[in-house]
Amino acid sequence: MALLEVEGLEAQYGWTKVLHGLSFVVEEGGITTILGANGAGKTTTLRAVCGMVKTAGEVRFDGRRIAGRPTEDIVRLGIAHAPEGRGTFMQLTVEENLRLGAYARSGRAALAGDLRRVFEYFPVLGDRRGQIAGSLSGGEQQMLAVARALMLRPRLLLLDEPSLGLAPLVVREIFRIVRAINREERVGVLLVEQNAATALDLADHAYLLETGRVVMSGPAADLKKDDAIRRSYLGY
Amino acid sequence: MDIFVQQVVSGLATGGIYGSLALALVMIYQATDVVNYAQGEMAMFSTYLAWTLINAGLPYWVAFAATLAIAFVGGLVIERVVIRPVEDAPILTIVIVCIGLLVILNSLAGWIYSYIQKPFPSPFPEKPIRIGNIFFGAHDIGALGVTLVVLLCLYVFFRYTTLGLAMRAAAQNPVSSRLCGIRVGWMLAVGWGLAALVGAVAGMMVAPVVFLDPNMMSGILIYAFASATLGGFTSPGGAVLGGLIVGVVENLVGTYVSFIGTELKLTVALAVILIVLVVKPSGLFGRVAVHRV
Repeated sequence: MALLEVEGLEAQYGWTKVLHGLSFVVEEGGITTILGANGAGKTTTLRAVCGMVKTAGEVRFDGRRIAGRPTEDIVRLGIAHAPEGRGTFMQLTVEENLRLGAYARSGRAALAGDLRRVFEYFPVLGDRRGQIAGSLSGGEQQMLAVARALMLRPRLLLLDEPSLGLAPLVVREIFRIVRAINREERVGVLLVEQNAATALDLADHAYLLETGRVVMSGPAADLKKDDAIRRSYLGY
Repeated sequence: MDIFVQQVVSGLATGGIYGSLALALVMIYQATDVVNYAQGEMAMFSTYLAWTLINAGLPYWVAFAATLAIAFVGGLVIERVVIRPVEDAPILTIVIVCIGLLVILNSLAGWIYSYIQKPFPSPFPEKPIRIGNIFFGAHDIGALGVTLVVLLCLYVFFRYTTLGLAMRAAAQNPVSSRLCGIRVGWMLAVGWGLAALVGAVAGMMVAPVVFLDPNMMSGILIYAFASATLGGFTSPGGAVLGGLIVGVVENLVGTYVSFIGTELKLTVALAVILIVLVVKPSGLFGRVAVHRV
């Protein structure tokens, strides 16, 4: 059984419909990526999964229907979202940001251990744990967003354009860590990206979104070889 | 010199009260961008409840603690019942709801307890405290102490507890907070509860000085506005410090500037508001708010 199953997902902002019946899955311990240009509906898809926009259609997590439930409850099931814009609590310290990531989890006793684990993945955050998060660089804030999501001990990690605005070296580092997390802790990943090349290297499954519809899908390796994808999204 | 020191200390005592009420305003303002105009009336009403409990024979500090508990629950309920339905409405709507709340609480108190002034007991001795050659009102010192203890408790709560952290997070970034699983609506309600609790302390500490009547907080609320404006509406610590400054300035001006005396003291508060808004609108410690339009 898939970890996340989405069928006929629709979403709208006010009167404007943004998603027109998406269907996709994230396998247990798998990495699925959703590619597409600006305005294709990638961010909205992630928001719809965790109940941040008005939706219709079926969303099942671990076989349980979660569509229409409040975000706070969906998070408690083990879906962590590193959102667009990174969602940093700018005036709080790095450590406070991380503690908030663990807020919804039961068993706060393990907090110290989890902090240590996250600092192993992201040593730079450990060096800056007492620093105000607003003073971090863009790359560090993106690491903080992923780290905060990890503090939930999620089963599914939603990543919204982690590469946005970052130097290629930093992007590579973040993707390396995401892969490590996925392998070592069997965390499923749903990754939304404009940077198609990097995303297809990481993912096992990929979906291509155009104006709120899936226009192509399949194993990431196949999409990478596809001529149309190569010309439009990989740029060679 | 003695008079000067006395006036400064008694200014700090009233200033602490302005500061607590200002803090209550700032707590709600930071979380919701709304200035709660009913904050003073909520404090007044809590003080009447304390008066009822004391008259029913409860010892002062028991009544004090019970009033804090009732005020907290009351603030929480008001947020859930009155503010929640208009949560997403424009700010003006919420402001009008707050003003409605002010009028309702004021008339309710008048209807239940009448508009005649009542004395309210102080838990501190009447005999002045003598330090060196200077005498201080025991209530002044005691009120200042109580205020500082309350503020310290709040600081510890917000700084060191998980709930306090979640409340700060919810005020700063509600969207991200929901993604952390924080129930933002409840955090706002708890914020209202705490603000009501702080207001109740201010009411009970000021009532022995100004006497208990349904309009007792109206002047004090203006001082609280002045304090919050001076400290910056976005800074809790600034609001408290602003309160202390306003209290001291008010007292010194009343003592040394002969034409002001007691009658024109309130004007000082309004002058403070005006000067701050003209010279430094963000206050001493506030951040300049930047909105994307």
